[in-house]
Amino acid sequence: MIEVLIQLLILVGLIITALLVYKFQDLLSAAIAFGIFSFLLSLEFFILQAPDVAIAEAGIGAGLTTAIFIVAIRGTQRNEEAE
Amino acid sequence: MNMSNIVRTGAVLLFPFILVYGFYIVLHGHLTPGGGFQGGAVIATGFVLLFVAHSYESITKRLPMNYFKNSETLGLLLFIITALIALTLGVTFFGNWLVNSGGLFGDVVAYGPNPGNLNTAGIIPIMNLAVGIEVLGAMSIILLYMLSGIKEDI
Repeated sequence: MIEVLIQLLILVGLIITALLVYKFQDLLSAAIAFGIFSFLLSLEFFILQAPDVAIAEAGIGAGLTTAIFIVAIRGTQRNEEAE
Repeated sequence: MNMSNIVRTGAVLLFPFILVYGFYIVLHGHLTPGGGFQGGAVIATGFVLLFVAHSYESITKRLPMNYFKNSETLGLLLFIITALIALTLGVTFFGNWLVNSGGLFGDVVAYGPNPGNLNTAGIIPIMNLAVGIEVLGAMSIILLYMLSGIKEDI
């Protein structure tokens, strides 16, 4: 029962962070929200008993991808242009 | 362009702990979840944290790009040489020539699950270490090349 509750909480968090990535105009905030999305996804993999995939997701998704986005934002501009 | 003082100090303080955790995952690859690729990715995350916090010039003054190229080449060479030694000893390519030999990584495991003896499994820990070194160099060099394209006067 407690596992179902934790899983439900993580899935709701995944949907919320995915919507935040779409909604933020500040690109640095969007990159951080994507990092939180990857971290929650690795927790979900761990609950589904795939710790190998969870470690790879936490290292590459939450660490390297966020760092690459931050470097790209450093090279360009921080805010999304208004349409 | 450097980041703020808090970010730089935090990255330098956090770096050794990430390094120890990554090498723990690599060295226990044949006993616990994880292995060469996952551990190498965690170590590369530590280096990437340093790269994001500092500018390209101050990084390449301490850690030239050749270090990471050399670590990538060293990992690949260690991997293929360990596999080729098996051919000279009369077993197949990638044959496990160190297992149950009594020496390095050669302890005999009793029947049943391994209770945590690190000195087992033959050439598998050596392969894990080679893959870990290779992934660390490759993933660091991706970010270092990306960092080298930024014009710093923005």
